[in-house]
Amino acid sequence: MTDYARPQTLDQALSLLAGGGWKVLGGGTDLYPNAGTRLAGRVLDLTAVAGLSGITVDDDLRIGAATTWADLAAADLPPACRALQQASLLVGGRQVQNAGTIGGNLCNASPAADGVPALVVLDAVIELCSGQGMRRLDLDAFLLGPRQTALQPGEIVSAVIIPKASLRGRSAFVKLGARAHLVISIAMVAARLEVDSGRIVSAAIAVGSCSPVAARLALVEAALTGAPVAEAMDRVRAVDVHAALAPIDDVRATADYRRQAAVELVRHAVAAALA
Amino acid sequence: MIAFTLNGQPATVDAPPTERLSEALRERLGKTGTKVGCDAGDCGACTVLLDGAVVCACLTPVARVEGRAVTTVEGETPELTRLRAAFHAHAAAQCGICTPGMLMTAAELLTRVATPSLADVETALGGVLCRCTGYRSIIAAVLAAGSGTLASEVTGSVGAAIPRIDGAAKVAGDSFGADEWPPGALVVKAVRSPHAHAGFQIGDLSGFRARPGVAAIFTAADIPGRNAYSVIPGFADQPAIAATPARFRGECVALVAFEPLAEPDLAGFPVAWTPLAALSTPEAAETGTPLHADRPGNLLIQGRVRKGDAAAVLANSAHVVSGEMTTGFVEHAYIEPEAGSAWMEGATLVIRACTQAPGMDRDDTAAILGLPVDRVGIIPSAVGGGFGSKLDLSVQPLIGLVTLKTGRPCRMIYSRHESMISTTKRHPAEMRGRIGCDATGRITGMEFEGRFDTGAYSSWGPTVANRVPVHVSGPYLTPHIAAHARAIHTHGPVAGAFRGFGVPQAALWQEVLYDRLADKAGIDRLEFRILNALSDGNASATGQVLRAVGIRDCLAALRPHWTRALADARGKPGRGVGVASCWYGCGNTALPNPSTIRIGLSHAGEVILHQGATDLGQGSNTVIAQIASEALGLPLTAFRLIGPDTALTPDAGKTSASRQTFVTGRAAKAAGEALRADILRRAGAGATAELSLEGAEIVVRDGDATTRITLAQLPPDPHGYALSHEARYDPPTTALDADGQGAPYAVYGYGAQLVELAVDQALATVQLVKITAAHDVGRAINPMLARGQIEGGIAQGIGFALMEEYLPGWTENLHDYLIPTFGDVPPIESLLIEVPDPEGPYGAKGLGEHVLIPTAPAILNAIRHATGANLTRIPVLPHRLLAAMKVPQ
Repeated sequence: MTDYARPQTLDQALSLLAGGGWKVLGGGTDLYPNAGTRLAGRVLDLTAVAGLSGITVDDDLRIGAATTWADLAAADLPPACRALQQASLLVGGRQVQNAGTIGGNLCNASPAADGVPALVVLDAVIELCSGQGMRRLDLDAFLLGPRQTALQPGEIVSAVIIPKASLRGRSAFVKLGARAHLVISIAMVAARLEVDSGRIVSAAIAVGSCSPVAARLALVEAALTGAPVAEAMDRVRAVDVHAALAPIDDVRATADYRRQAAVELVRHAVAAALA
Repeated sequence: MIAFTLNGQPATVDAPPTERLSEALRERLGKTGTKVGCDAGDCGACTVLLDGAVVCACLTPVARVEGRAVTTVEGETPELTRLRAAFHAHAAAQCGICTPGMLMTAAELLTRVATPSLADVETALGGVLCRCTGYRSIIAAVLAAGSGTLASEVTGSVGAAIPRIDGAAKVAGDSFGADEWPPGALVVKAVRSPHAHAGFQIGDLSGFRARPGVAAIFTAADIPGRNAYSVIPGFADQPAIAATPARFRGECVALVAFEPLAEPDLAGFPVAWTPLAALSTPEAAETGTPLHADRPGNLLIQGRVRKGDAAAVLANSAHVVSGEMTTGFVEHAYIEPEAGSAWMEGATLVIRACTQAPGMDRDDTAAILGLPVDRVGIIPSAVGGGFGSKLDLSVQPLIGLVTLKTGRPCRMIYSRHESMISTTKRHPAEMRGRIGCDATGRITGMEFEGRFDTGAYSSWGPTVANRVPVHVSGPYLTPHIAAHARAIHTHGPVAGAFRGFGVPQAALWQEVLYDRLADKAGIDRLEFRILNALSDGNASATGQVLRAVGIRDCLAALRPHWTRALADARGKPGRGVGVASCWYGCGNTALPNPSTIRIGLSHAGEVILHQGATDLGQGSNTVIAQIASEALGLPLTAFRLIGPDTALTPDAGKTSASRQTFVTGRAAKAAGEALRADILRRAGAGATAELSLEGAEIVVRDGDATTRITLAQLPPDPHGYALSHEARYDPPTTALDADGQGAPYAVYGYGAQLVELAVDQALATVQLVKITAAHDVGRAINPMLARGQIEGGIAQGIGFALMEEYLPGWTENLHDYLIPTFGDVPPIESLLIEVPDPEGPYGAKGLGEHVLIPTAPAILNAIRHATGANLTRIPVLPHRLLAAMKVPQ
């Protein structure tokens, strides 16, 4: 018999979870596609937990893990978060955006997760809660590989924290797929750039779908930092992009194509962030 | 108990909390307007409003709606009312399976944005897939609903762009195969092979049979009749339930019938698999062990057309091009997975299911079940898209077996995955050959060799092998031709009928070579085609002297668009323009292909049209009625349709081969004319008399004379009518000889399409800008529905060219197998050309398949124009195009 709980408070959720054996449900957009007529097993639905949804600003920006893509897209956020908001509108269709959550996207840990590159360039920190308390992990310490995270038994992702220092500048997200809507990315790029007096003073760039976990392009970032805006395109060198990537061949594209496309998409994203 | 508000009314449902909302709505609350296309959030068909926001009901645990408001297509809101009217008026619902999801999504948009822009509509509706319309009519309908500019209702018979007469049901949430079942119906699930080729042994079933909820289990040993079928007599090779070995991934090896509302869980079914070496390509299969002992070399069949001496003329032609083209499996991807229900009515087994061919279903199901044909009745449900695949049996023999053996009603609904792995696909093709022309650009000859992967069983492989050599010349005068096609069995999916029966593949090869040949000859690509276009009196490759040939008119109609498009593209990097043609013979290839239509006048004064042609969304319900109305001379509003139902309607054949408007249309015309003649004779009136119905009286006005026939006073005829007439029409064709010479079709349709696109030079992505389509329909019985066919066929052609490839084991869902979405189909300008065919009803020709054929080659030609890339394989995914663009030209 299915056991189902939809707790209203985090404490209730965590104490249930401590009992073990639960499947944690967010928007359902990743769990249901593999289910039968219903989700089997014990299901802990987090979408009613107070404080787990919504966005608050208190020095840092705090995005509740059960915040939906639609809520993210509609929120009034600084230009540094534009990539995240653009990505929110490219996750599935509006139906999926109304249900899918940012926390679920992270826990599903797909290499093609559309939300991740934008979070990478925002230096997102993942807040995890369990009966034992709360801890925070940098995104790269949380996402360990395809379908692998640092989530421990009894633990849930409660929020995504964007440090105040990363809310500077402007960002942009570009996604490449083989059709217009509802498409798993061949490659995607988020870029966040801070510009002062015509020069790029800081750059954060990440590529998704071209490595086990979305990769940050340290060499490109270094090449862009300090560059006059007008020279930005020339500073994006293919070799620097490729250094960070480990793409594979799959039904959507070849690894070789992904490498080449990533360079072009990085340029698109940089241009869009500067626009 | 979960309490919520459903369509404004309090509702409760007792369901497991994590049951999909779609399941609870449909199974427990009887709200079957919400359709299930994928159970994965990939298609949007199940879209409902949850507190006013669109969600996929398939991804929503029913417990989550506690205390909230759910709106489904059964609801009434001001936005839904406006949208229903607009969808109806714009023919935005073809088959209707995606329509509820589209309506709900658009309704939410209109509550947010009262008068949305085109971009608003595309973005908002991007989460819902449609396989029929090509989206443009849906966009138009939503824009019209937003702006409140609804077209006034059109009336009339032949030539009138009337909304489809079954349209009200489509915009209300029509009743498809999964939507009706008798109370207490068992739920049937199939155990399917996970291997392309495997021996298997079914273990002791007693444990599984004893599981709670399991009502019965059946295997191949339980089939009472002939456990082998095919759509073409003489090729019967496919078991309804396989005995060992399984010959393709997805083949059914056992059935389990579950009690209603039991969890239909097949996990742990006792079957032991022994995977065997699989022949996955025709190349390997031609030298491998035969799948079927009587088919050495795995050759199912070959087709040949030989006229003149192609090799000799090519040796002496001024210009010759040679080339290859390869295509893969293509999935039909209708949004309705196969579904149906079965029950006994006395001694008769009745099966209600989605199908394109009720008569064939009845005959094959009867043979499999060992029943006389008259003990099986087939009632087609509304069909949520077919495109060829629903010509073959799917659920019919399986649910028939369960009901026959248990005596209980049952039902079966394929999952999306099951639909994709077990049903037919478009044949993969490997094609090569040469085409030549003389110094003035006139085609001299063609050599063609095509190898088609027909998969594990015969299905429509023979049709593909026969149609391809007949059509591979394209609609061009080709004095010398040697064309050969063979269909080879592999352990791949069964390849069957898919809109065009191999002709789209062949046209891709031919039309791409034509561009290269035109370049060699130094002639404009469109003018090269006009120069070589078939004309009245020309002989086709099969030696058939043609008449009513419309290809030249189609190509000529594109001239101003071609000039404008080339000018638009000039100087713009990445912009390209391409053109390609089609021709297509309507109906079976050189085989009998009759349809029969009955029209009755009831004693109460109703015109009853017994219409056995299944309408898959293409519009035959409307078009056949328009023809009958025109022939009889009574308005369409006086008509009521019965059927299709094998017990109530005479056989109108299968809905395939673009034959319904032509063949069944001719039968309807003849039946209408016969009934009219009968009435006129009784009234003593002349041929030009006008008929009208006033209550139960027919009023015949002939000049100043008015005669009334009181229907109630006429004795019932053998069908129980006051008056009725039945007519049969079988197109005149002749058999093809050993060289493929003969007159295989009575009517051909023609068309040409012009594609404008832009290729991103760095990413090699293709953005379609506009498609202009000129199609010779002979006579547009219903111009609006004809345009709908064109737009929908183009959308499938776009998918064929740019994104669709079915790879067993890899793309068995609608997020890895991509079909076009909103935004992938550009604006389409349709030019309806009317070169009446003396054989067609009111001159009409078929259209349904023609419309897909030119799209892919026109796209490839435009890409070549834009980039110089010579593509020899589709789909043209970005990585393939980028690689081709790097090859030095």
